[in-house]
Amino acid sequence: MPDTSPTGATVDMDGWACPLPLRDSPTVVMGHGGGGALSAELVEHLFLPAFGDAGRAELGDSAVLDVGPGRLAFSTDSFVVRPLFFPGGSIGDLAVNGTVNDLAMSGARPLHLSTAFILEEGTPLREIGRVAEAMGRAASVAGVGLVTGDTKVVDAGHGDGIYITTAGIGVLDDGVDIRAERAAVGDVVIVSGRIGVHGVAVLSCREGLSFGTTVESDCAALHGLVAAMLATGADVHVLRDPTRGGVAASLNEIARAAGVGVELVERALPVPDGVADACSLLGLDPLYVANEGKLVAFVPAPEAERVLAAMRAHELGKEAVAIGRCVDAHPGMVVARTGLGGTRVVDLPLGEQLPRIC
Amino acid sequence: MRYLDEFSDPDLAARLLDRIHAATTRPWAIMEVCGGQTHSIIRHGIDQLLPDDVEMIHGPGCPVCVTPLEIIDRALSIAARPDVVFCSFGDMLRVPGSDKDLFRIKSEGGDVRVVYSPLDALTLARENPDKQVVFFGIGFETTAPANAMTVHQAARLGIGNFSLLVSHVLVPPAIAAIMESPTCRVQGFLAAGHVCSVMGTAEYPPLAERYRVPIVVTGFEPLDILEGIRRTVLQLESGRHELDNAYTRAVPAEGNLPAKAMLSDVFEVTDRAWRGIGTIPRSGWRLSERYREFDAEQRFDVHGIHTAESAVCRSGEVLQGLITPHECAAFGRECTPRNPLGATMVSAEGACAAYYTYRRLELTEATGA
Repeated sequence: MPDTSPTGATVDMDGWACPLPLRDSPTVVMGHGGGGALSAELVEHLFLPAFGDAGRAELGDSAVLDVGPGRLAFSTDSFVVRPLFFPGGSIGDLAVNGTVNDLAMSGARPLHLSTAFILEEGTPLREIGRVAEAMGRAASVAGVGLVTGDTKVVDAGHGDGIYITTAGIGVLDDGVDIRAERAAVGDVVIVSGRIGVHGVAVLSCREGLSFGTTVESDCAALHGLVAAMLATGADVHVLRDPTRGGVAASLNEIARAAGVGVELVERALPVPDGVADACSLLGLDPLYVANEGKLVAFVPAPEAERVLAAMRAHELGKEAVAIGRCVDAHPGMVVARTGLGGTRVVDLPLGEQLPRIC
Repeated sequence: MRYLDEFSDPDLAARLLDRIHAATTRPWAIMEVCGGQTHSIIRHGIDQLLPDDVEMIHGPGCPVCVTPLEIIDRALSIAARPDVVFCSFGDMLRVPGSDKDLFRIKSEGGDVRVVYSPLDALTLARENPDKQVVFFGIGFETTAPANAMTVHQAARLGIGNFSLLVSHVLVPPAIAAIMESPTCRVQGFLAAGHVCSVMGTAEYPPLAERYRVPIVVTGFEPLDILEGIRRTVLQLESGRHELDNAYTRAVPAEGNLPAKAMLSDVFEVTDRAWRGIGTIPRSGWRLSERYREFDAEQRFDVHGIHTAESAVCRSGEVLQGLITPHECAAFGRECTPRNPLGATMVSAEGACAAYYTYRRLELTEATGA
C-alpha cells in the first residue's frame, strides 16, 4: 500500500527504489563519504527527496536559524539499533523521535534537528532510503525541520549498516522549569501508557532470539502530549522518557537527583499481555524494558487528576495512569509494593538485562 | 498469561498465608532448592509475609552460581580463541573467573554470543563452517535435555565444528550432601518443580526416608511456593517426612520419558565440583563415551589453567544455607552486582544478588548504614 509522503508524492515503501542509481552502485561505497561528487549526489538525490518537506538544509556548512527570544533547549543522541527495521518502526523513527522527546522532557517545543549518518560500506542504498524516508515522515509528523547534516562512510565490517546521530534545539516558554531535581515528597508518579512495548518489539526480531509476538514499537514524538499537560497550568515537576533501562532507570535517576524516595504500586503498572508474556518467557522485568513513546511525570498531588485527564484526552496518553508517589522514606531509592503485599527495591539496572538461563 | 496469572492471585495468596500462620506452632527451617524459587520468594516479598517461625534457607540451585571456577576459566580460555564462536546463556557472561569474565573476553575481541537455545548454536555452527562453535552447557536437569538433544543432532547431522562445554549438576546428590553436612539446619525441602518435570519424583522418597525430611515438589509462582511451604509445614508439624507433589500440573511421577531417554543416551553420571561447596560424588553429568568427540574440553587444550577464588567471598556458605548473604562482610561493600566477587552475586537467581537487588532497603535500615 503506497504511503503519501509529506511532499504529496506517492512512495511505495515496500518497493522503495533509489531515485537516482548513484553511479550505478546499489550500495554504499567509500566515496559516498568523501566529500566529492558522490557525497553531494547522495544528499541531493537520496536524503533530501526522502526527507520531503522536513528537509530544509541549504547545503551550506551550517544552518542559520531564527528562533526568537527566550531560553533554548539543546540535546543530542546517537542511535545504533539492530535490526534497523523492527515491528512498528525503524532506526529513522527513533533518531527523530528520540531527540524530539529529549527536548520535550524539559518542556521545550522542538524546532530543528541535525542529522549525521555513519554508513557502512556495502549497505544497500535502498535501506538508507527507507530509513531517510522514515526520518522525513517522523519529522513532518513532529513538525520539526531537518536543517543540517553530515555523512561519513566506514569500511565494510566496521558498522551495523547505519548509525545516526541527531541533535535538536527547542524553545521554552517562560516559567517552565521541568527537571529531575524538582521531584518533591507528595508528588504523584504518572506513566503515559503501557510500558515495555518497544524493547519487546525489538527483541522479538533480533538475530537468534526471534519469537512470535504481535507487539509493535510505541515510537512516537511526545511534545504534543507534554504541551497538553502544561496547558492545564499544572506545575509539572519532572518529565522523563523511559528509554534504555526502562521506567526503573528513569525513576532511579529522578529519586537520586532529587533525594526523594519513590514508592511504586506493582499492580498499577500498565504492562500489556504481550510484554508480560515475553518478559516471563525470557526472564526479563518489564520495568527495565525500553520505551520510545512513553513518559513518566512527577506532578503535585492536588494537580494530578487534572493532568491525568488532559493526558487521557490526548492520543498518546489515553492509557495514562498513576503508578506511585514520592515519599520521604528511603531517599534515592525506588521501592515497589508487590502484588502480594511485600516490598522490593527496584534498583538501577547495571547494564543490559541478561536473559536468565532457566 | 494463562497458568501464570492465576497463580499470583493476591486474595488466594492471603488465604494460603493465613493457613500457614494457623498451622505453624514452632520454628521451622525450610530450604527452597532452586534459584528460580529464591528469586520468586524475594521478588514477591513472600519471606516477609511468612510467620516469623518459618525461615526460608536459600539452596544451591542456581546453576550459574555453582558452576565451578575451573569450568569458567576453561570457558574464558576457549572463548578467547580466534577460531571460536562461543555461545552462552546471557547470565553466564558476567560470572567472574579467576581474573576475567566473558564480557571482558568479548570486549577484547572474542566472539561471544548470547543465545536462548543450544540449537541456535548448532545453527551458527552450520552457518560458520570455518569456525569452531562451542556452547556452554551448564545447569541442572532442566537445561540438560536441550543440550543433549543438540549434541544428538550434531552427531546425527555430522556437524563436526560444534562442541559442548559441559558442567551439568544434579539436584538429588546436592540434597544428600546438604543433609550430610554436620552444620545442616534444614528440616524440610521445597524440591525444584522444573527439575522434577524432567526427571520425575522417584529419586526423592529414599532421600525423605533416609534423612527423615519432608520433600515437597514445588512450582515457581507465588501461590505454588506458598502451597509448597504450607504442605511442608503440615508435615513438619505432624512429624511426617514424605515426598509430596504440590506441582502436579507440570510434574508427572515418571517425569518426561523421551527427555530421560535422550539424557541417558548422551550423558553419563560423574563426580562434579560445585563452586563454593566442593566436589560431590556422582552429582553431575558429562558426555557419554559415544559423544565424547563433542566435548569441548577434549577438543581444546584447557587443562593446567591456574584458578584462584576470591579470599573474602563466602558464597559457599551462602549456597549451603549456613549464612544469609548480608552476613558476609563483603556483601554490598567490596561485592556488588557491579563487581561480583562470587557467582551468587551475579545471576538474578543467586541469593546474594536477590538480596542486594530487592532487600537493600531493610538491610540498610537494619544496619543503620
